[in-house]
Amino acid sequence: MMNEHQIDLLKLLGGLTAVLVLASLAGRLLKRKLSPDGTNTVIENLNDRVNAWWVMIILMGGALLFGRLGAILLFGFASFAALREFVTLTDTRRGDHWALASAFFIVLPVQYYLVYIDWYGLYSILVPVYAFLLMPIISAVRGDTDHFLVRVAEVQWALMICVFCVSHVPALLTLQIPGYEGRNLLLIAFLVVVVQSSDVLQYVWGKMLGRTKIAPKLSPSKTVEGFIGGALSATLVGAALFWMTPFTPFQAGLLSFVIVLMGFFGGLVMSAIKRDRGVKDWGHLIAGHGGFIDRLDSVIFSAPIFFHLVRYWWSLT
Amino acid sequence: MSFLARLAAGAITLFARFITAVRAVWDGIEPVPRQRIYFANHVSHGDFILLWAVLPPRLREQTRPVAGADYWLKSSIRRFIGRDVFNAVLIDRDRKTRADDPIKQMADALDGGASLIIFPEGTRNETDNPLLPFKSGIFHLAKQRPDIDLVPVWIANLNRVMPKGEFVPIPLICTVTFGAPLRVESDETKDVFVKRARDALLSTSETVEGNA
Repeated sequence: MMNEHQIDLLKLLGGLTAVLVLASLAGRLLKRKLSPDGTNTVIENLNDRVNAWWVMIILMGGALLFGRLGAILLFGFASFAALREFVTLTDTRRGDHWALASAFFIVLPVQYYLVYIDWYGLYSILVPVYAFLLMPIISAVRGDTDHFLVRVAEVQWALMICVFCVSHVPALLTLQIPGYEGRNLLLIAFLVVVVQSSDVLQYVWGKMLGRTKIAPKLSPSKTVEGFIGGALSATLVGAALFWMTPFTPFQAGLLSFVIVLMGFFGGLVMSAIKRDRGVKDWGHLIAGHGGFIDRLDSVIFSAPIFFHLVRYWWSLT
Repeated sequence: MSFLARLAAGAITLFARFITAVRAVWDGIEPVPRQRIYFANHVSHGDFILLWAVLPPRLREQTRPVAGADYWLKSSIRRFIGRDVFNAVLIDRDRKTRADDPIKQMADALDGGASLIIFPEGTRNETDNPLLPFKSGIFHLAKQRPDIDLVPVWIANLNRVMPKGEFVPIPLICTVTFGAPLRVESDETKDVFVKRARDALLSTSETVEGNA
C-alpha cells in the first residue's frame, strides 16, 4: 500500500522523467544536426549532463522511496565523496593525518547518525563546536606548526561545507510540521528540484541571452541575464510545486527565491576556492558535471538556511 | 585465477576505488591490449594496485607487477596477494643471496606474453624529492627486449593517502597518468637512457592537474 507521500513522490518523479525524456530527445536531435561526429563541445557537454541527470534522478528517487535510512545513506555518501574531493585540494600534510582520519571516519558517520536518531541539540553543534575545538588539538599534538592556522582552517571548512551543510538535507526529515506528518521526504525533493532547476535554467537562459558577465574573475560562464532569468523561472517552478509542501504558493515561491539566491552565491564561493587552487572542477566523478561538489555546491549553501527557515516558522520542534 | 583470488582482487580494487576514486589519464598512449612495460614512481605498497585497478579488464589480466620477494613472501597473506591475486613476478633484491637473475625473470615473463609494471627507483621513495635516481635495471631490461614500449606512469597523491608509518588511509583523489612510450636506441648508453626514462616520467607528472 502506498503512502500519500510516496504517491506525491512518484508524481514528481514522473514529471522529472518526462522532462528528462524531452531533454534526451532534444539532445539526440541537436547531436544529429550539429555534431554528428561528436566535435561540438557544447552539445556533447549538454548530452553528458542529461545522462548524468538520469543517474542522479534514479539514485535520488530510489533512496527517497526507501525513506529516512535511504536518504541518510545517500547524503552520507555524498558527504564522503565531497570531503574526499575537498581535502584533495587542501594543503594538509602529515601532521594532519589523525585529524583528517577522524574527520572522515568519526565526525562524518556520527553526524549522520545523530541526524538519523533526530538529536537536533547535538547534530547542530557537533561540527561547529566539538570538531572545531578537537581537530586543531589533534593537529597541534603532532607538533608540526608550519602553516598551522591555514591547515586547521582548511580542515574545519571542509567539514562545515561537506558534512555539516550537506547533512541538513536529510535533517529536513526530522522537522515536525502539523498536518504534514510522514511527508517530510517531499521537502528534500522540493529543495533539490528547486536548486537543480535553478542551475539548469541559469545555464539555459545564459546560453540563450547571456551577454553581461556577472563575475568574470570567478566564473566566466555566469551572466546577469542567465542569473535573473534562471532565478525567476526557478522561483516559479518552486511556487508551482507548492502542492507537495506545507507552504502556500506564495510561501513556496518566497522560500524558492531564498534557496536560489543562496545556491547562486554558494556557487560563486566554491568557484573562488577552485580558482585559488588552480583547478576547473572539483573532481571527475560525473562526466559533464565535474566532481560531486560541482553538483552539490548550490545545495550546500541553501540547505541549512532552508532548514532553519522552515524549522523556525513551520516546525513544532 | 582461482575464485578466492578473483574475489580478493575485486575487494582490493573496490577498496582502492572507495578511498582514492582513482582515475586514469591516457595522455601518451591508448588503453589497447598491446604488450608494454609500465614504469612508475613508487611511494607506497598500493602503487601497483592503483595502476592495476585503472587498466581495462583485458589489459589487467595480462599485466604482472614486478615486486620484491623479501616483502611479498614474508607472510601467507602477502604471499596470497602477491602471487595468487596479482600474479607478481617476485624478484630477489639482494645481490648476494639471489639465485635468479631478475632481468632474466622479467624477460621470461615478457616472453610469456605478459605486460609488466616496474618501479625503476628500486625502493619506495620516502623523501621530499619527487623521484629517486633510477637503478640500471630498466636499461638492461629494455636492451634485452628492445621491441616492447616502455610507458612512463605517474601515480599522483597516493603518498598523501597513507604516509609512511600510518595505518589508517585518508580518502583522497588519486590519478594515474600514462605518458608517451619510449624505447632504447641501439647506440644509447646506460646513463643516457636511464636519464631519458627518468625525465619522461617527471614530465608525465607535470601534466597532472592541481597540486598533486
